Amino acid sequence: MVVLVKHVPDTEARIAVAGGGRSISEEGINFVLNPYDEFAVEEALRLKERLGGQVTVVTLGPERAKEALRTALAMGADEAVHLRDDALEGGDALSVSVALARALKDIPFDLILCGKQAIDDDSCQVGPRVAELLGIPQVTVVTKLEVDAAARTARAQREMDGYSEVVETPLPALVSAQKGLNEPRFPSLPGIMKAKRKEIKTLNLASLGLDASQVGRAGQGAEVQALEVPSRARRGRILTSDPPAAAAELAALLRGEAKVL
Amino acid sequence: MDFRFTEEQEMIRKLARDLTEKEVIPKVAEWDASGRFPRELFARMGELGLLGLPFPEEWGGAGADTLSYVLVLEELARGSLGVALSYEAHVSLGCTPLYLFGTEEQKRKYLVPCAQGKWLACFGLTEPGAGSDAGATQTTAVLDGDQWVINGTKCFITNASQAEVAVITAVTAKGMGTRGISAFIVPRGAPGFRVGKAYDKLGVRCSDTAELIFEDCRIPRENLLGELNQGFKQFLKTLDGGRLGVAALAVGLAQACLDQALRYAQQRVQFGQPLSKFQAVQFKLADMAAELDVARWYTYRLAVVKDEGARITKEAAIAKLFASEAAARAATQAVQILGAYGFSSEYPVERFYRDAKLLEIGEGTSEIQRLVIARELGC
Ligand SMILES: Cc1cc2nc3c(=O)[nH]c(=O)nc-3n(C[C@H](O)[C@H](O)[C@H](O)COP(=O)(O)OP(=O)(O)OC[C@H]3O[C@@H](n4cnc5c(N)ncnc54)[C@H](O)[C@@H]3O)c2cc1C
Repeated sequence: MVVLVKHVPDTEARIAVAGGGRSISEEGINFVLNPYDEFAVEEALRLKERLGGQVTVVTLGPERAKEALRTALAMGADEAVHLRDDALEGGDALSVSVALARALKDIPFDLILCGKQAIDDDSCQVGPRVAELLGIPQVTVVTKLEVDAAARTARAQREMDGYSEVVETPLPALVSAQKGLNEPRFPSLPGIMKAKRKEIKTLNLASLGLDASQVGRAGQGAEVQALEVPSRARRGRILTSDPPAAAAELAALLRGEAKVL
Repeated sequence: MDFRFTEEQEMIRKLARDLTEKEVIPKVAEWDASGRFPRELFARMGELGLLGLPFPEEWGGAGADTLSYVLVLEELARGSLGVALSYEAHVSLGCTPLYLFGTEEQKRKYLVPCAQGKWLACFGLTEPGAGSDAGATQTTAVLDGDQWVINGTKCFITNASQAEVAVITAVTAKGMGTRGISAFIVPRGAPGFRVGKAYDKLGVRCSDTAELIFEDCRIPRENLLGELNQGFKQFLKTLDGGRLGVAALAVGLAQACLDQALRYAQQRVQFGQPLSKFQAVQFKLADMAAELDVARWYTYRLAVVKDEGARITKEAAIAKLFASEAAARAATQAVQILGAYGFSSEYPVERFYRDAKLLEIGEGTSEIQRLVIARELGC
């Protein structure tokens, strides 16, 4: 099994735009393993515990992204691969997928797991694009997964708006994890200490056999023109009138202003 | 001096933080109200390898460093000082003497299950007549054939009724003062050993505190811990590490006080503006932040110094004294900033206020820390 992971700013990080106006400033920001990827790692570990096999985590990112790999190793993943090259940086979902798909050509797998989205740029594209590039089926936003190793199939449940859908797919396939799939374990202390000793395999542009024009900024399909911090923080509103009046006011606001009714 | 956390220290801190946020904070008010010791949480901490954190893998531990341990204490104390104190007593006071002074056989038999988290340990030093004056121990141990016969009572012992093993001190050479004290390992179930009633306490209410009672208690001869008549020196060394641990607890509690007080001050509006806009409130918060930072970084540095093998008697007393008094001040000011809400159990600061006092008493009162520092200065 392969799990695709990303190192992202944690949800409490205060985001500021970096000089140049096209990326965020990393100063003072705490980065973590993307929460949806944690579900993916956990699911892979559970499958391994049930069915055997190996779990390899793969990331593309700067030097600090090793921490996301270490976290997954500490949870119990067996191997880690880091796609690390300045030429790979600054790209979009397209160019990242190209590099990941290339790396996956050399890693045997029956199943690829990933988070349904990375909580930093929320594109939800990397998983599906990797599956397309590899020519394998994909099931996204999965909340329940059953693998039949003998039949080489998987049944996945997807929570849709108001109903759920059960999909069966042959393996190998790519599955993206939604909240609810499982409760990720904490990495144990012995796991953390062991992770420190595990080797992280690094792949650069040359070892991937890719050309600089295909990846990173050069290989992207869409380009960020400008980033802006919202001018005013969204604020909650507290209705202070007595309960009947407040209820009426709330209903009016939900209908008129929030337009959710 | 390069001072950066390693990846492993960051991960250990995150583990402790996540555990505290998910499994301690949601339940701590109930534990505090009922005074129940959450043994199930300690089983969980055992599974995660936290109960043997600083001990080598060969003894069932995780082999992490003291700074990692300090970070775990700090995070746990942000959630519950009671839980964190029991954890600290298990590691620093119960297990550490087994590790430092135990024979191979003793470590295999007692340290391994403790470090693996299957057992809890406690440390019995204090007696009704020997508190600050810990050398005034009256508990006695007399050799009778192949057994030690122990008589006496230890009081205010953390983890007493939960521990599967106790490390205690007793007089083995009458009239020799502090040179006639030895340490012993007493397993739960030793004949003549029982635990007294739990104390009803002001703070750290979910930490288990009770008496250890020895009435012609018999333990095998080989349960002497370390050398005969060296018990006093041994526990002074144990307490150096313990005081560093208490400093870390204080840092965690002070952080929790600052977090609560700051958040409240930014939200609560009086006289048309948030409390945090009044200079009198700002100065309280600034003092809390300043003292907290000094306590925190002194404690972190001391953890590194300890691992370098240095004697830290004076520094551990300084860390414990400063951090515990800073935490007590922070708790007082946090209640003040929250006003009546700080006085009610609706907010956790009233618990912080009750818990903080323990920091100035346990493992040597503030007065005793000053005494130790003065002695180390050569007074
Ligand atoms: C919750 C809790 C948990 C504890 N856990 C443990 C444990 O696990 N193991 C253990 O062995 N003990 C434990 N203790 C006991 C603790 O270590 C003692 O309470 C502490 O050392 C003080 O002793 P005392 O209470 O007898 O106070 P006393 O020694 O009677 O002191 C009373 C007051 O007199 C002051 N005083 C005493 N001597 C001097 C002096 N020479 N100069 C100036 N002032 C002085 C003290 O500072 C204090 O203010 C615990 C206590 C509590 C409250």
